[in-house]
Amino acid sequence: MKVLVPVKRVLDYNVKPRVKADGTGVDLANVKMSMNPFDEIAIEEAVRLKEKGAATEVVVVTIGVAKAETDVLLTARAMGADRGILIATDDEVEPLAVAKLLKAVADEEQPGLIILGKQAIDDDSNQTGQMLAALLGWPQGTFASKVEIAGDHVKVTREVDGGLETVDLKLPAIVTTDLRLNEPRYATLPNIMKAKTKPIAKKTIADYGVDATPRLKTLKVVEPAKRSAGVKVADVDALVGKLKELGVA
Amino acid sequence: MKTLVWVEHDNVSVKDATLSAVTAASKLGEVHLLVAGKGCAGVAEAASKIAGVGKVHLADDAAYEHGLAENVAPLVASLMDHHDAAVFPATTTGKNVAPRVAALLDVMQISDILSVEGPDTFTRPIYAGNAIATVQTSDTKLVITVRGTAFPKAAAEGGAGVVEAVSGPGDAGLSSFAGAEIAKSERPELTSAKVIVSGGRALQNSENFHSIIEPLADKLGAAVGASRAAVDAGYVPNDYQVGQTGKIVAPEVYIAVGISGAIQHLAGMKDSKTIVAINKDEDAPIFQVADIGLVGDLFKIVPELTEKL
Ligand SMILES: Cc1cc2nc3c(=O)[nH]c(=O)nc-3n(C[C@H](O)[C@H](O)[C@H](O)COP(=O)(O)OP(=O)(O)OC[C@H]3O[C@@H](n4cnc5c(N)ncnc54)[C@H](O)[C@@H]3O)c2cc1C
Ligand SMILES: Nc1ncnc2c1ncn2[C@@H]1O[C@H](COP(=O)(O)O)[C@@H](O)[C@H]1O
Repeated sequence: MKVLVPVKRVLDYNVKPRVKADGTGVDLANVKMSMNPFDEIAIEEAVRLKEKGAATEVVVVTIGVAKAETDVLLTARAMGADRGILIATDDEVEPLAVAKLLKAVADEEQPGLIILGKQAIDDDSNQTGQMLAALLGWPQGTFASKVEIAGDHVKVTREVDGGLETVDLKLPAIVTTDLRLNEPRYATLPNIMKAKTKPIAKKTIADYGVDATPRLKTLKVVEPAKRSAGVKVADVDALVGKLKELGVA
Repeated sequence: MKTLVWVEHDNVSVKDATLSAVTAASKLGEVHLLVAGKGCAGVAEAASKIAGVGKVHLADDAAYEHGLAENVAPLVASLMDHHDAAVFPATTTGKNVAPRVAALLDVMQISDILSVEGPDTFTRPIYAGNAIATVQTSDTKLVITVRGTAFPKAAAEGGAGVVEAVSGPGDAGLSSFAGAEIAKSERPELTSAKVIVSGGRALQNSENFHSIIEPLADKLGAAVGASRAAVDAGYVPNDYQVGQTGKIVAPEVYIAVGISGAIQHLAGMKDSKTIVAINKDEDAPIFQVADIGLVGDLFKIVPELTEKL
Protein backbone atom coordinates (compact mmCIF):
# COMPACT_ATOMS: atom_id res chain seq x y z
CA MET A 1 0.00 0.00 0.00
CA LYS A 2 1.23 3.42 -0.95
CA VAL A 3 0.73 6.30 1.50
CA LEU A 4 0.43 9.87 0.24
CA VAL A 5 1.23 12.72 2.64
CA PRO A 6 0.41 16.33 1.68
CA VAL A 7 2.51 18.85 3.58
CA LYS A 8 2.31 22.62 3.77
CA ARG A 9 5.10 25.11 4.25
CA VAL A 10 4.04 27.62 6.90
CA LEU A 11 5.41 30.27 9.24
CA ASP A 12 7.36 28.38 11.92
CA TYR A 13 5.19 27.86 14.99
CA ASN A 14 7.75 29.51 17.24
CA VAL A 15 7.65 32.78 15.33
CA LYS A 16 5.20 35.42 16.46
CA PRO A 17 3.12 36.43 13.43
CA ARG A 18 3.20 40.14 12.59
CA VAL A 19 0.38 41.79 10.73
CA LYS A 20 1.63 44.01 7.89
CA ALA A 21 1.06 47.70 8.41
CA ASP A 22 -0.96 48.00 5.19
CA GLY A 23 -3.44 45.41 6.44
CA THR A 24 -2.93 43.01 3.52
CA GLY A 25 -1.74 40.02 5.52
CA VAL A 26 0.92 38.62 7.80
CA ASP A 27 4.53 39.49 7.10
CA LEU A 28 6.36 36.45 5.73
CA ALA A 29 9.47 38.23 4.47
CA ASN A 30 12.68 37.05 6.10
CA VAL A 31 11.01 34.89 8.73
CA LYS A 32 11.59 31.22 9.44
CA MET A 33 9.30 28.90 7.49
CA SER A 34 8.82 25.24 8.40
CA MET A 35 6.67 22.25 7.76
CA ASN A 36 3.21 22.57 9.35
CA PRO A 37 3.59 20.71 12.70
CA PHE A 38 0.59 18.48 12.02
CA ASP A 39 2.15 17.43 8.72
CA GLU A 40 5.33 16.30 10.47
CA ILE A 41 3.08 14.04 12.51
CA ALA A 42 1.50 12.80 9.26
CA ILE A 43 4.90 11.96 7.76
CA GLU A 44 5.94 10.21 10.96
CA GLU A 45 2.80 8.08 10.94
CA ALA A 46 3.30 7.13 7.30
CA VAL A 47 6.94 6.23 7.87
CA ARG A 48 6.01 4.11 10.88
CA LEU A 49 3.43 2.26 8.77
CA LYS A 50 6.19 1.54 6.29
CA GLU A 51 8.56 0.40 9.02
CA LYS A 52 5.86 -1.95 10.32
CA GLY A 53 5.37 -3.37 6.85
CA ALA A 54 1.83 -1.99 6.50
CA ALA A 55 2.91 0.46 3.80
CA THR A 56 5.30 0.00 0.89
CA GLU A 57 6.02 3.55 -0.18
CA VAL A 58 5.59 7.05 1.28
CA VAL A 59 5.08 9.87 -1.20
CA VAL A 60 5.05 13.47 0.00
CA VAL A 61 3.43 16.30 -1.95
CA THR A 62 3.35 20.04 -1.44
CA ILE A 63 1.66 22.88 -3.26
CA GLY A 64 3.60 26.06 -2.78
CA VAL A 65 6.71 28.07 -3.58
CA ALA A 66 9.67 26.45 -5.36
CA LYS A 67 11.75 26.92 -2.23
CA ALA A 68 9.74 24.12 -0.58
CA GLU A 69 11.92 21.70 -2.51
CA THR A 70 14.94 22.52 -0.41
CA ASP A 71 13.21 22.84 2.94
CA VAL A 72 9.96 21.04 3.73
CA LEU A 73 10.17 18.41 0.99
CA LEU A 74 13.76 17.73 1.97
CA THR A 75 12.83 17.42 5.64
CA ALA A 76 10.01 15.03 4.73
CA ARG A 77 12.34 12.80 2.75
CA ALA A 78 14.95 12.94 5.49
CA MET A 79 12.28 11.73 7.91
CA GLY A 80 11.72 8.72 5.67
CA ALA A 81 9.45 9.64 2.76
CA ASP A 82 10.62 7.92 -0.43
CA ARG A 83 9.95 10.63 -2.96
CA GLY A 84 8.38 14.04 -3.35
CA ILE A 85 6.09 15.96 -5.64
CA LEU A 86 6.30 19.76 -5.80
CA ILE A 87 3.38 21.57 -7.40
CA ALA A 88 5.02 24.96 -7.68
CA THR A 89 3.10 28.21 -7.44
CA ASP A 90 3.74 31.63 -5.95
CA ASP A 91 0.05 32.21 -5.35
CA GLU A 92 -1.86 31.31 -2.24
CA VAL A 93 -3.99 28.26 -2.94
CA GLU A 94 -7.17 27.76 -0.94
CA PRO A 95 -8.08 24.44 0.70
CA LEU A 96 -10.75 23.66 -1.93
CA ALA A 97 -8.23 24.07 -4.77
CA VAL A 98 -5.57 22.20 -2.76
CA ALA A 99 -8.07 19.36 -2.34
CA LYS A 100 -8.75 19.33 -6.10
CA LEU A 101 -5.03 19.18 -6.87
CA LEU A 102 -4.53 16.42 -4.30
CA LYS A 103 -7.41 14.49 -5.87
CA ALA A 104 -5.63 14.70 -9.22
CA VAL A 105 -2.43 13.46 -7.58
CA ALA A 106 -4.33 10.63 -5.90
CA ASP A 107 -5.92 9.62 -9.21
CA GLU A 108 -2.42 9.28 -10.63
CA GLU A 109 -0.71 7.70 -7.64
CA GLN A 110 -3.55 5.47 -6.38
CA PRO A 111 -2.52 5.50 -2.71
CA GLY A 112 -4.32 3.26 -0.20
CA LEU A 113 -4.17 5.93 2.47
CA ILE A 114 -3.69 9.70 2.49
CA ILE A 115 -2.56 11.25 5.77
CA LEU A 116 -2.89 15.02 6.14
CA GLY A 117 -2.54 17.41 9.04
CA LYS A 118 -5.84 18.31 10.67
CA GLN A 119 -5.13 21.99 10.26
CA ALA A 120 -2.54 24.31 8.78
CA ILE A 121 -1.39 26.69 11.50
CA ASP A 122 -1.41 29.69 9.17
CA ASP A 123 -4.94 29.72 7.74
CA ASP A 124 -6.31 27.52 10.57
CA SER A 125 -8.89 26.26 8.06
CA ASN A 126 -9.15 22.60 9.08
CA GLN A 127 -10.79 21.68 5.76
CA THR A 128 -8.47 20.14 3.21
CA GLY A 129 -8.60 16.50 4.36
CA GLN A 130 -12.38 16.44 4.65
CA MET A 131 -12.74 18.10 1.24
CA LEU A 132 -10.35 15.66 -0.37
CA ALA A 133 -12.30 12.77 1.14
CA ALA A 134 -15.51 14.15 -0.37
CA LEU A 135 -13.95 14.65 -3.80
CA LEU A 136 -12.54 11.11 -3.83
CA GLY A 137 -15.66 9.58 -2.27
CA TRP A 138 -13.49 8.06 0.47
CA PRO A 139 -14.17 7.79 4.20
CA GLN A 140 -12.36 10.11 6.60
CA GLY A 141 -10.84 9.67 10.04
CA THR A 142 -10.17 13.22 11.20
CA PHE A 143 -8.26 14.42 14.30
CA ALA A 144 -6.64 11.02 14.71
CA SER A 145 -4.80 9.99 17.86
CA LYS A 146 -4.43 6.34 16.79
CA VAL A 147 -4.40 4.60 13.40
CA GLU A 148 -4.56 0.82 13.04
CA ILE A 149 -4.56 -0.88 9.65
CA ALA A 150 -6.34 -4.25 9.58
CA GLY A 151 -6.66 -5.85 6.16
CA ASP A 152 -8.68 -3.60 3.89
CA HIS A 153 -9.91 -1.47 6.77
CA VAL A 154 -8.40 1.14 9.03
CA LYS A 155 -9.51 1.85 12.57
CA VAL A 156 -9.06 5.47 13.58
CA THR A 157 -9.35 6.81 17.12
CA ARG A 158 -10.42 10.44 16.96
CA GLU A 159 -10.03 13.27 19.48
CA VAL A 160 -13.51 14.78 19.83
CA ASP A 161 -14.93 17.44 22.14
CA GLY A 162 -16.29 14.90 24.61
CA GLY A 163 -13.28 12.58 24.63
CA LEU A 164 -12.40 9.88 22.11
CA GLU A 165 -14.31 8.17 19.33
CA THR A 166 -13.30 5.24 17.14
CA VAL A 167 -14.44 4.75 13.57
CA ASP A 168 -13.85 1.88 11.22
CA LEU A 169 -13.13 2.94 7.63
CA LYS A 170 -12.88 1.05 4.37
CA LEU A 171 -9.62 1.58 2.55
CA PRO A 172 -8.71 3.65 0.63
CA ALA A 173 -9.26 6.34 3.25
CA ILE A 174 -8.25 9.77 4.47
CA VAL A 175 -6.73 10.37 7.90
CA THR A 176 -6.00 13.77 9.44
CA THR A 177 -3.60 13.96 12.36
CA ASP A 178 -4.05 15.38 15.83
CA LEU A 179 -1.17 16.33 18.10
CA ARG A 180 -1.02 13.15 20.12
CA LEU A 181 -0.88 10.65 17.25
CA ASN A 182 2.90 10.37 17.59
CA GLU A 183 6.05 12.32 18.24
CA PRO A 184 7.79 13.06 14.95
CA ARG A 185 11.46 12.15 14.64
CA TYR A 186 14.08 14.74 13.83
CA ALA A 187 15.51 14.95 10.39
CA THR A 188 19.18 14.27 11.18
CA LEU A 189 21.96 15.80 9.13
CA PRO A 190 23.14 12.48 7.61
CA ASN A 191 19.54 11.71 6.65
CA ILE A 192 19.17 15.16 5.12
CA MET A 193 22.29 14.52 3.04
CA LYS A 194 20.92 11.16 1.93
CA ALA A 195 17.47 12.62 1.23
CA LYS A 196 18.97 14.89 -1.42
CA THR A 197 19.25 11.92 -3.74
CA LYS A 198 15.62 10.87 -3.31
CA PRO A 199 13.57 11.90 -6.34
CA ILE A 200 11.37 14.98 -6.66
CA ALA A 201 8.86 15.48 -9.47
CA LYS A 202 8.29 19.13 -10.34
CA LYS A 203 4.85 20.06 -11.54
CA THR A 204 2.64 23.08 -12.01
CA ILE A 205 -1.05 23.58 -11.30
CA ALA A 206 -1.69 23.62 -15.06
CA ASP A 207 -0.29 20.07 -15.34
CA TYR A 208 -3.33 18.88 -13.41
CA GLY A 209 -5.89 20.99 -15.25
CA VAL A 210 -7.31 22.33 -11.98
CA ASP A 211 -8.92 25.75 -11.71
CA ALA A 212 -7.31 27.19 -8.58
CA THR A 213 -8.95 30.61 -8.78
CA PRO A 214 -9.63 31.75 -5.20
CA ARG A 215 -13.24 31.97 -4.04
CA LEU A 216 -12.42 34.12 -1.05
CA LYS A 217 -11.04 37.60 -1.23
CA THR A 218 -9.21 38.91 1.81
CA LEU A 219 -10.39 42.46 2.27
CA LYS A 220 -8.15 43.20 5.20
CA VAL A 221 -6.10 41.65 7.97
CA VAL A 222 -5.81 43.35 11.33
CA GLU A 223 -4.32 42.62 14.71
CA PRO A 224 -6.80 41.44 17.30
CA ALA A 225 -7.74 43.84 20.07
CA LYS A 226 -4.80 43.88 22.47
CA ARG A 227 -5.21 42.86 26.07
CA SER A 228 -3.24 45.03 28.35
CA ALA A 229 -1.39 43.47 31.23
CA GLY A 230 -3.27 44.00 34.48
CA VAL A 231 -2.05 44.13 38.02
CA LYS A 232 0.05 41.77 40.06
CA VAL A 233 -1.26 41.11 43.53
CA ALA A 234 1.06 40.51 46.47
CA ASP A 235 -0.45 37.47 48.09
CA VAL A 236 -3.32 35.02 48.29
CA ASP A 237 -5.42 37.33 50.48
CA ALA A 238 -5.25 40.04 47.85
CA LEU A 239 -6.20 37.49 45.17
CA VAL A 240 -9.17 36.34 47.23
CA GLY A 241 -10.21 39.99 47.49
CA LYS A 242 -10.05 40.41 43.72
CA LEU A 243 -12.01 37.23 43.10
CA LYS A 244 -14.67 38.46 45.53
CA GLU A 245 -14.87 41.77 43.65
CA LEU A 246 -15.47 39.77 40.48
CA GLY A 247 -18.28 37.95 42.22
CA VAL A 248 -16.89 34.48 41.65
CA ALA A 249 -15.95 33.77 45.23
CA MET B 1 -31.35 34.28 2.47
CA LYS B 2 -32.36 30.87 3.82
CA THR B 3 -29.89 29.20 6.13
CA LEU B 4 -29.70 25.60 7.27
CA VAL B 5 -28.12 25.17 10.69
CA TRP B 6 -26.88 21.69 11.49
CA VAL B 7 -27.96 20.88 15.05
CA GLU B 8 -25.34 19.28 17.27
CA HIS B 9 -26.89 16.72 19.62
CA ASP B 10 -26.44 13.27 21.10
CA ASN B 11 -29.88 11.99 20.03
CA VAL B 12 -31.15 13.15 23.42
CA SER B 13 -30.59 16.87 23.74
CA VAL B 14 -29.45 19.88 21.72
CA LYS B 15 -25.86 20.91 22.44
CA ASP B 16 -25.27 24.51 23.41
CA ALA B 17 -22.91 25.20 20.51
CA THR B 18 -25.95 25.02 18.21
CA LEU B 19 -27.41 28.13 19.84
CA SER B 20 -24.47 30.35 18.89
CA ALA B 21 -24.63 29.00 15.35
CA VAL B 22 -28.32 29.95 15.23
CA THR B 23 -27.46 33.52 16.24
CA ALA B 24 -24.85 33.75 13.50
CA ALA B 25 -27.25 32.29 10.93
CA SER B 26 -30.01 34.70 11.93
CA LYS B 27 -27.74 37.56 10.84
CA LEU B 28 -27.84 36.11 7.33
CA GLY B 29 -31.55 35.43 7.07
CA GLU B 30 -34.24 32.88 7.77
CA VAL B 31 -33.10 30.05 10.07
CA HIS B 32 -33.97 26.44 9.30
CA LEU B 33 -32.48 23.55 11.23
CA LEU B 34 -31.41 20.04 10.43
CA VAL B 35 -31.62 17.38 13.11
CA ALA B 36 -30.01 14.21 11.77
CA GLY B 37 -29.73 11.21 14.03
CA LYS B 38 -31.49 8.12 15.20
CA GLY B 39 -34.52 8.22 17.48
CA CYS B 40 -34.04 11.96 17.70
CA ALA B 41 -37.60 13.23 17.29
CA GLY B 42 -37.35 14.65 20.81
CA VAL B 43 -34.30 16.65 19.80
CA ALA B 44 -36.19 18.07 16.82
CA GLU B 45 -39.08 18.96 19.11
CA ALA B 46 -36.71 20.78 21.48
CA ALA B 47 -34.88 22.45 18.60
CA SER B 48 -38.15 23.79 17.20
CA LYS B 49 -38.46 25.90 20.36
CA ILE B 50 -35.20 27.74 19.79
CA ALA B 51 -36.03 31.42 19.33
CA GLY B 52 -36.28 32.53 15.72
CA VAL B 53 -36.34 29.11 14.14
CA GLY B 54 -38.55 28.34 11.13
CA LYS B 55 -38.57 24.85 9.73
CA VAL B 56 -36.81 21.94 11.47
CA HIS B 57 -35.80 19.17 9.09
CA LEU B 58 -35.72 15.85 10.86
CA ALA B 59 -33.74 13.00 9.30
CA ASP B 60 -34.22 10.00 11.55
CA ASP B 61 -32.18 7.07 10.28
CA ALA B 62 -29.66 4.64 11.80
CA ALA B 63 -27.12 5.96 9.25
CA TYR B 64 -27.06 9.32 11.05
CA GLU B 65 -26.93 8.02 14.63
CA HIS B 66 -23.26 8.79 15.20
CA GLY B 67 -22.93 11.76 12.88
CA LEU B 68 -20.58 9.98 10.48
CA ALA B 69 -19.47 12.59 7.93
CA GLU B 70 -19.67 10.12 5.05
CA ASN B 71 -23.43 9.79 5.66
CA VAL B 72 -24.36 13.21 7.02
CA ALA B 73 -22.57 15.37 4.43
CA PRO B 74 -24.56 14.06 1.42
CA LEU B 75 -27.76 14.59 3.43
CA VAL B 76 -26.87 18.23 4.13
CA ALA B 77 -25.80 18.73 0.52
CA SER B 78 -29.12 17.31 -0.70
CA LEU B 79 -31.00 19.98 1.29
CA MET B 80 -28.93 22.82 -0.12
CA ASP B 81 -31.05 23.18 -3.26
CA HIS B 82 -33.48 25.00 -1.01
CA HIS B 83 -31.04 26.85 1.24
CA ASP B 84 -28.35 29.44 0.62
CA ALA B 85 -26.07 28.82 3.57
CA ALA B 86 -25.13 25.72 5.58
CA VAL B 87 -24.08 26.77 9.07
CA PHE B 88 -22.26 24.54 11.56
CA PRO B 89 -20.91 25.17 15.05
CA ALA B 90 -17.09 24.96 14.97
CA THR B 91 -17.04 21.92 17.24
CA THR B 92 -15.09 18.77 16.42
CA THR B 93 -18.24 17.27 14.88
CA GLY B 94 -19.10 20.41 12.93
CA LYS B 95 -15.52 20.72 11.69
CA ASN B 96 -15.59 17.09 10.60
CA VAL B 97 -18.75 17.36 8.50
CA ALA B 98 -18.85 20.93 7.13
CA PRO B 99 -15.86 20.80 4.74
CA ARG B 100 -17.18 17.56 3.30
CA VAL B 101 -20.43 19.37 2.52
CA ALA B 102 -18.52 22.32 1.07
CA ALA B 103 -16.56 20.10 -1.32
CA LEU B 104 -19.73 18.30 -2.43
CA LEU B 105 -21.20 21.72 -3.27
CA ASP B 106 -17.93 23.01 -4.78
CA VAL B 107 -17.81 25.82 -2.24
CA MET B 108 -14.87 27.22 -0.29
CA GLN B 109 -15.83 26.96 3.38
CA ILE B 110 -15.42 29.93 5.69
CA SER B 111 -14.09 28.49 8.93
CA ASP B 112 -14.62 29.66 12.48
CA ILE B 113 -16.31 33.00 11.80
CA LEU B 114 -16.17 35.69 14.46
CA SER B 115 -18.67 38.09 12.88
CA VAL B 116 -21.04 38.54 9.98
CA GLU B 117 -20.12 41.75 8.18
CA GLY B 118 -22.52 41.32 5.28
CA PRO B 119 -24.26 38.58 3.29
CA ASP B 120 -20.94 37.48 1.79
CA THR B 121 -18.40 38.98 4.19
CA PHE B 122 -17.11 37.61 7.48
CA THR B 123 -14.24 37.96 9.90
CA ARG B 124 -12.23 34.96 11.01
CA PRO B 125 -9.06 34.33 13.02
CA ILE B 126 -5.88 33.17 11.32
CA TYR B 127 -2.42 32.37 12.75
CA ALA B 128 -3.84 31.17 16.07
CA GLY B 129 -5.84 34.35 16.43
CA ASN B 130 -2.79 36.58 16.05
CA ALA B 131 -4.51 38.14 13.08
CA ILE B 132 -8.14 38.66 12.12
CA ALA B 133 -8.99 38.47 8.44
CA THR B 134 -12.05 39.96 6.78
CA VAL B 135 -12.97 37.73 3.86
CA GLN B 136 -15.54 38.05 1.11
CA THR B 137 -16.76 35.03 -0.78
CA SER B 138 -17.76 34.81 -4.42
CA ASP B 139 -19.51 31.46 -3.96
CA THR B 140 -23.27 31.55 -4.41
CA LYS B 141 -23.89 28.99 -1.66
CA LEU B 142 -22.19 29.47 1.69
CA VAL B 143 -20.73 26.88 4.03
CA ILE B 144 -19.74 28.36 7.37
CA THR B 145 -18.52 27.17 10.75
CA VAL B 146 -19.18 29.44 13.72
CA ARG B 147 -16.92 30.11 16.69
CA GLY B 148 -19.19 29.64 19.68
CA THR B 149 -17.55 32.24 21.89
CA ALA B 150 -18.03 34.97 19.28
CA PHE B 151 -21.85 34.91 19.18
CA PRO B 152 -24.35 35.02 22.05
CA LYS B 153 -26.55 31.98 22.41
CA ALA B 154 -30.04 32.14 20.94
CA ALA B 155 -32.74 31.56 23.55
CA ALA B 156 -33.51 27.84 23.80
CA GLU B 157 -37.21 28.61 24.32
CA GLY B 158 -39.74 30.85 22.67
CA GLY B 159 -39.55 29.69 19.08
CA ALA B 160 -42.30 27.95 17.14
CA GLY B 161 -40.55 25.99 14.41
CA VAL B 162 -42.32 23.33 12.42
CA VAL B 163 -40.80 19.86 12.30
CA GLU B 164 -40.77 18.21 8.90
CA ALA B 165 -39.37 14.73 8.22
CA VAL B 166 -36.84 14.40 5.42
CA SER B 167 -35.03 11.40 4.09
CA GLY B 168 -31.51 11.43 2.81
CA PRO B 169 -29.20 9.15 0.90
CA GLY B 170 -28.67 6.99 4.02
CA ASP B 171 -25.60 4.87 4.63
CA ALA B 172 -22.76 5.49 2.19
CA GLY B 173 -21.25 2.16 3.21
CA LEU B 174 -17.79 3.64 3.73
CA SER B 175 -17.50 3.86 7.48
CA SER B 176 -18.94 2.65 10.73
CA PHE B 177 -18.90 3.77 14.34
CA ALA B 178 -16.78 1.47 16.49
CA GLY B 179 -17.06 3.01 19.94
CA ALA B 180 -16.45 6.06 22.09
CA GLU B 181 -14.99 7.00 25.42
CA ILE B 182 -16.94 10.06 26.34
CA ALA B 183 -15.96 11.57 29.65
CA LYS B 184 -18.81 12.07 32.08
CA SER B 185 -18.38 14.82 34.54
CA GLU B 186 -20.45 16.60 37.13
CA ARG B 187 -18.63 19.79 36.30
CA PRO B 188 -19.84 22.46 33.89
CA GLU B 189 -18.82 21.99 30.26
CA LEU B 190 -15.61 23.80 29.35
CA THR B 191 -17.05 25.73 26.44
CA SER B 192 -20.00 27.09 28.39
CA ALA B 193 -18.56 27.44 31.91
CA LYS B 194 -18.57 30.83 33.65
CA VAL B 195 -15.35 30.03 35.48
CA ILE B 196 -12.48 27.81 34.35
CA VAL B 197 -9.44 26.65 36.29
CA SER B 198 -6.71 25.36 33.97
CA GLY B 199 -3.51 23.59 34.89
CA GLY B 200 -0.25 23.26 33.00
CA ARG B 201 2.93 21.26 32.90
CA ALA B 202 3.93 22.68 36.27
CA LEU B 203 1.49 20.31 38.00
CA GLN B 204 4.07 17.56 37.34
CA ASN B 205 1.71 14.59 37.42
CA SER B 206 -1.85 13.44 37.36
CA GLU B 207 -2.15 13.10 41.17
CA ASN B 208 -1.08 16.71 41.68
CA PHE B 209 -3.41 17.88 38.97
CA HIS B 210 -6.36 16.24 40.68
CA SER B 211 -5.41 17.16 44.24
CA ILE B 212 -4.52 20.79 43.50
CA ILE B 213 -6.64 21.97 40.58
CA GLU B 214 -9.89 20.13 41.27
CA PRO B 215 -10.56 21.34 44.84
CA LEU B 216 -10.14 24.93 43.63
CA ALA B 217 -12.50 24.27 40.72
CA ASP B 218 -14.99 22.67 43.12
CA LYS B 219 -14.92 25.74 45.35
CA LEU B 220 -15.62 28.00 42.39
CA GLY B 221 -18.09 25.71 40.61
CA ALA B 222 -15.66 25.88 37.73
CA ALA B 223 -14.86 23.71 34.73
CA VAL B 224 -11.35 22.29 34.51
CA GLY B 225 -9.05 22.90 31.55
CA ALA B 226 -5.43 22.21 30.72
CA SER B 227 -2.56 23.18 28.48
CA ARG B 228 -1.37 20.86 25.76
CA ALA B 229 1.69 20.04 27.81
CA ALA B 230 -0.48 18.76 30.66
CA VAL B 231 -2.57 16.67 28.28
CA ASP B 232 0.42 15.30 26.37
CA ALA B 233 2.02 14.27 29.64
CA GLY B 234 -1.15 12.35 30.51
CA TYR B 235 -2.22 14.36 33.57
CA VAL B 236 -5.72 14.76 32.09
CA PRO B 237 -7.60 13.52 28.97
CA ASN B 238 -7.51 15.27 25.60
CA ASP B 239 -10.90 16.91 25.96
CA TYR B 240 -9.44 19.23 28.63
CA GLN B 241 -7.11 20.97 26.18
CA VAL B 242 -7.64 24.68 25.66
CA GLY B 243 -5.98 26.39 22.72
CA GLN B 244 -5.49 26.82 19.00
CA THR B 245 -6.00 23.12 18.47
CA GLY B 246 -8.11 22.38 21.52
CA LYS B 247 -11.18 24.14 22.82
CA ILE B 248 -11.86 27.83 22.45
CA VAL B 249 -13.24 29.26 25.67
CA ALA B 250 -14.28 32.69 26.89
CA PRO B 251 -15.52 32.42 30.46
CA GLU B 252 -16.08 35.29 32.88
CA VAL B 253 -12.97 34.21 34.75
CA TYR B 254 -10.11 32.02 33.51
CA ILE B 255 -7.54 30.98 36.09
CA ALA B 256 -4.29 29.70 34.55
CA VAL B 257 -2.18 27.75 37.01
CA GLY B 258 1.39 26.87 36.05
CA ILE B 259 0.80 27.64 32.39
CA SER B 260 3.45 29.67 30.57
CA GLY B 261 1.14 31.31 28.04
CA ALA B 262 2.37 30.04 24.66
CA ILE B 263 0.55 31.66 21.73
CA GLN B 264 -1.18 28.37 20.97
CA HIS B 265 -2.64 28.33 24.47
CA LEU B 266 -3.56 32.03 24.44
CA ALA B 267 -5.42 31.42 21.16
CA GLY B 268 -7.97 29.40 23.11
CA MET B 269 -8.60 31.67 26.09
CA LYS B 270 -7.56 35.24 25.49
CA ASP B 271 -11.14 36.36 24.95
CA SER B 272 -11.97 35.45 28.54
CA LYS B 273 -13.40 38.42 30.41
CA THR B 274 -10.94 38.27 33.29
CA ILE B 275 -7.72 36.26 33.22
CA VAL B 276 -5.99 35.28 36.44
CA ALA B 277 -2.49 33.80 36.29
CA ILE B 278 -0.52 31.97 38.95
CA ASN B 279 3.05 31.30 37.91
CA LYS B 280 6.41 31.26 39.68
CA ASP B 281 8.15 32.99 36.79
CA GLU B 282 7.31 36.70 36.86
CA ASP B 283 8.33 36.99 33.21
CA ALA B 284 6.02 34.23 31.99
CA PRO B 285 4.14 35.45 28.90
CA ILE B 286 0.80 34.62 30.53
CA PHE B 287 1.24 37.76 32.66
CA GLN B 288 1.11 39.89 29.48
CA VAL B 289 -2.56 39.00 29.08
CA ALA B 290 -3.52 38.45 32.71
CA ASP B 291 -5.71 40.99 34.46
CA ILE B 292 -4.65 39.65 37.82
CA GLY B 293 -1.33 37.95 38.41
CA LEU B 294 0.20 36.27 41.41
CA VAL B 295 3.85 35.28 41.25
CA GLY B 296 4.78 32.28 43.33
CA ASP B 297 4.77 28.54 43.81
CA LEU B 298 1.44 27.05 42.87
CA PHE B 299 1.93 24.18 45.32
CA LYS B 300 1.74 26.74 48.14
CA ILE B 301 -0.61 29.27 46.57
CA VAL B 302 -3.41 27.12 45.23
CA PRO B 303 -4.12 25.08 48.39
CA GLU B 304 -4.08 28.30 50.42
CA LEU B 305 -6.41 29.96 47.92
CA THR B 306 -8.81 27.01 47.97
CA GLU B 307 -8.77 27.11 51.74
CA LYS B 308 -9.49 30.84 51.97
CA LEU B 309 -12.31 30.95 49.46
C1 LIG C 1 0.83 22.97 16.34
C2 LIG C 1 0.79 23.24 17.80
C3 LIG C 1 -0.45 23.36 18.41
C4 LIG C 1 -0.53 23.59 19.77
N1 LIG C 1 -1.76 23.70 20.34
C5 LIG C 1 -1.85 23.95 21.66
C6 LIG C 1 -3.12 24.10 22.30
O1 LIG C 1 -4.18 23.98 21.67
N2 LIG C 1 -3.14 24.36 23.62
C7 LIG C 1 -1.99 24.50 24.38
O2 LIG C 1 -2.09 24.75 25.60
N3 LIG C 1 -0.80 24.36 23.79
C8 LIG C 1 -0.70 24.08 22.46
N4 LIG C 1 0.54 23.91 21.91
C9 LIG C 1 1.72 23.83 22.81
C10 LIG C 1 2.26 25.17 23.25
O3 LIG C 1 3.17 25.64 22.27
C11 LIG C 1 3.02 25.01 24.58
O4 LIG C 1 4.03 24.04 24.44
C12 LIG C 1 2.13 24.59 25.76
O5 LIG C 1 0.98 25.41 25.82
C13 LIG C 1 2.92 24.70 27.04
O6 LIG C 1 2.16 24.22 28.13
P1 LIG C 1 2.46 24.75 29.62
O7 LIG C 1 2.29 26.21 29.65
O8 LIG C 1 1.64 23.91 30.53
O9 LIG C 1 3.96 24.30 29.85
P2 LIG C 1 5.27 25.17 29.97
O10 LIG C 1 5.45 26.04 28.80
O11 LIG C 1 6.35 24.22 30.31
O12 LIG C 1 4.99 26.12 31.20
C14 LIG C 1 4.95 25.71 32.54
C15 LIG C 1 4.85 26.98 33.38
O13 LIG C 1 4.70 26.62 34.73
C16 LIG C 1 5.47 27.49 35.54
N5 LIG C 1 5.79 26.77 36.78
C17 LIG C 1 6.61 25.68 36.93
N6 LIG C 1 6.59 25.26 38.21
C18 LIG C 1 5.75 26.09 38.89
C19 LIG C 1 5.31 26.14 40.22
N7 LIG C 1 5.72 25.27 41.15
N8 LIG C 1 4.44 27.12 40.57
C20 LIG C 1 3.99 28.02 39.66
N9 LIG C 1 4.38 27.99 38.36
C21 LIG C 1 5.24 27.04 37.99
C22 LIG C 1 6.68 27.82 34.70
O14 LIG C 1 7.22 29.08 35.12
C23 LIG C 1 6.10 27.87 33.32
O15 LIG C 1 5.68 29.17 32.96
C24 LIG C 1 0.65 23.70 20.54
C25 LIG C 1 1.88 23.60 19.92
C26 LIG C 1 1.96 23.36 18.56
C27 LIG C 1 3.29 23.24 17.92
N1 LIG D 1 -0.55 23.94 -0.03
C1 LIG D 1 -0.63 22.70 0.48
N2 LIG D 1 0.16 21.71 0.03
C2 LIG D 1 0.08 20.45 0.53
N3 LIG D 1 -0.75 20.12 1.53
C3 LIG D 1 -1.55 21.06 2.03
C4 LIG D 1 -1.55 22.40 1.54
N4 LIG D 1 -2.47 23.10 2.24
C5 LIG D 1 -3.01 22.25 3.14
N5 LIG D 1 -2.47 21.03 3.01
C6 LIG D 1 -2.77 19.81 3.82
O1 LIG D 1 -4.05 19.99 4.43
C7 LIG D 1 -3.94 20.02 5.84
C8 LIG D 1 -4.99 20.92 6.44
O2 LIG D 1 -4.86 22.25 5.99
P1 LIG D 1 -6.00 23.36 6.13
O3 LIG D 1 -7.26 22.74 5.63
O4 LIG D 1 -5.53 24.51 5.29
O5 LIG D 1 -6.07 23.71 7.58
C9 LIG D 1 -2.49 20.40 6.11
O6 LIG D 1 -2.08 19.96 7.37
C10 LIG D 1 -1.78 19.67 4.97
O7 LIG D 1 -1.64 18.29 5.26
